[in-house]
Amino acid sequence: MNDAFVSSSICPLTQWADVRQPLDFDGYCQHGGYQGAKSALLEHSPNEVLELVKNSGLKGRGGAGFPTGMKWSFVPMFDANDGNAPENKYLVANADEMEPGTFKDRLLLEGIPHQLVEAMIIAAFTIGANKAYIFLRGEYHLAAKRLQQAINEAYQHNWLGDKIQGSTFSLELYVHSSAGRYICGEETALINALEGKRANPRAKPPFPQVAGLFGKPTIVNNVETLSNLPHILKNGVDWFQAIAPESDAGSKIYGACGRVKIPGLWELPMGATLREVLFDHAGGMQDGLTFRGLLPGGASTDFLVAEHLDTPMDYDSIAKVGSRLGTGGLIVLDNKNCPVAMVLNLMRFFAQESCGWCTPCRDGTPWAVEILTRIENGHGKVEDLDSLNKLCDFMWIGKTHCALAPGAVEPLRSALKYFHDDFLEHIEHGCCHYNPTSVAKRTHVATAALKSQSRAMQGGQ
Amino acid sequence: METIDTITIDYQHYLTASEIAAIEHEASIMETREAAGIEALKVVQNHRGWVSDDSLYAISDLLAMPVAQLEGVATFYNLIYRQAVGEHVIHLCDSIACHLTDMNGVLEAIKQHLQIDYGQTTQDGKFTLLSNACLGGCDKAPVMMIGSMHYEQLTPDRAVEILQQLANQELPS
Ligand SMILES: Cc1cc2nc3c(=O)[nH]c(=O)nc-3n(C[C@H](O)[C@H](O)[C@H](O)COP(=O)(O)O)c2cc1C
Ligand code: SF4
Repeated sequence: MNDAFVSSSICPLTQWADVRQPLDFDGYCQHGGYQGAKSALLEHSPNEVLELVKNSGLKGRGGAGFPTGMKWSFVPMFDANDGNAPENKYLVANADEMEPGTFKDRLLLEGIPHQLVEAMIIAAFTIGANKAYIFLRGEYHLAAKRLQQAINEAYQHNWLGDKIQGSTFSLELYVHSSAGRYICGEETALINALEGKRANPRAKPPFPQVAGLFGKPTIVNNVETLSNLPHILKNGVDWFQAIAPESDAGSKIYGACGRVKIPGLWELPMGATLREVLFDHAGGMQDGLTFRGLLPGGASTDFLVAEHLDTPMDYDSIAKVGSRLGTGGLIVLDNKNCPVAMVLNLMRFFAQESCGWCTPCRDGTPWAVEILTRIENGHGKVEDLDSLNKLCDFMWIGKTHCALAPGAVEPLRSALKYFHDDFLEHIEHGCCHYNPTSVAKRTHVATAALKSQSRAMQGGQ
Repeated sequence: METIDTITIDYQHYLTASEIAAIEHEASIMETREAAGIEALKVVQNHRGWVSDDSLYAISDLLAMPVAQLEGVATFYNLIYRQAVGEHVIHLCDSIACHLTDMNGVLEAIKQHLQIDYGQTTQDGKFTLLSNACLGGCDKAPVMMIGSMHYEQLTPDRAVEILQQLANQELPS
């Protein structure tokens, strides 16, 4: 086999990604492009592909880490002997990427759009969907343009449209670009958005795999999850698992942002440690700063601190130390940024983006913002910490329709644990030590109070 | 305020032929007409800068969907403007990566330069200032988006420079 046809066993997803000038159809084919789809469509039955994906151990990269093959297996399949399974099904690539601190899908969308198109052919073929959408966040203008170009080329070369490559399988693929709302990334909200409805999530069950878009079975998968498919098809399950023999299978695109030396993205074998990502790849903290803590996988994951740095970044290991792998993008807190202000910023985001359906989320997130603002501005009381802890309970899993509210709780509850002293200091000193203006104000107020006190005493003499 | 006759309204009157064609294309690739709602709002906004009440009624009529439902969609999204905005809408990212890399300094510089706050438009109608949730440029924070352009690795000075350049640009007529 031509060397170029074998996927890199270190970074298969991003090896040929180039955000300045992505591969066009011919370029992509020269590097083994569409070989995975060819293998699926011409050499396998949908059921065989499903088995491959199940056996590969691929888990969802959208945040929850649900096994992809298992998710697909809930879709009622059309069986020639049983005419009952619905013929209309849908596949949706979730490219809404709005989780703060997450920018990995953008690299795949802008840098190698054909890979996603190929991946969607494979996924749609497996679940028997003849229509597929890429649900793209409205702010990714460049991605929209490049995806459309790739789709047009794929149509021209009969990788989309009727009877793809002489097979019996047909697929229409569209880009739907959204208009900016975090909750649209939640898969049932996404389905409502695609139907032209206000994008509140839906109560489950029924699950989208059975009754989703327009009431038909629908699979929603993250862009990075899907992008693994061509490589699994091309190189096989053993190859995929060998990328990360000690961990969950395959590679993972990790990221780092905040005041690190080299913020960016790196595709590494699943299970690289936090320390490797933070120090070997992101270069550690910028000069003059020290490490305080990090969110390992986007805004809605729990803080981890120095003692956790040797944890492998896979689903189980990160969960064991009390957080979530989430999207794999580190958000790094340094010693000169205030942890209270950081949590306040995150909570403001969640409060603004709450869809308003469930009371604990609609009322709880703004309430948390109010309390955190008070503390950050130096007007907090010790009882406020109890209220915050209570709010964490009110908004936890099982009390709301979707995972936005529990996601908002994660950074807050862990900050209360790891940065407890910072919260107390804000309350006791009535100001934020990280913020010179706040300290100056406080000193000013204190001096003024002292003056008026002494004036009162003098007046009293 | 002018009252709108919503019963006998003739949408052709409000929407241009090219708007209608773009909306019809969107409707044709979805299973239902109302599923094209968000695209329709974007089409009209691209042509007119924002979505007025008239536009809203016209779109709901064209897509045969209740205007209240369309309004529910329009107001749900951060990127649909239901009020008139300036020629350039500045979306300054205020999410966590930008926060940690001092977007506040950039914000202050923009506010001072334009003499407006979030949600306001400059008197000459050139700029509107809005915040935006994470723009996905976290490794190049702070970031702002104006139109379809993302401006990354901002400093207060560079942000002001960009605005000056945009202000001096002649609009293609
Ligand atoms: C508030 C919220 C926002 C979400 N945003 C995204 C997103 O932008 N992209 C994404 O892939 N998944 C997002 N998810 C997760 C999706 O609901 C869903 O689990 C995921 O798309 C499934 O894909 P996977 O199995 O390939 O991971 C979000 C979830 C919640 C609760
Ligand atoms: S948890 Fe929040 S975002 Fe999710 S459905 Fe409830 S109100 Fe909406």
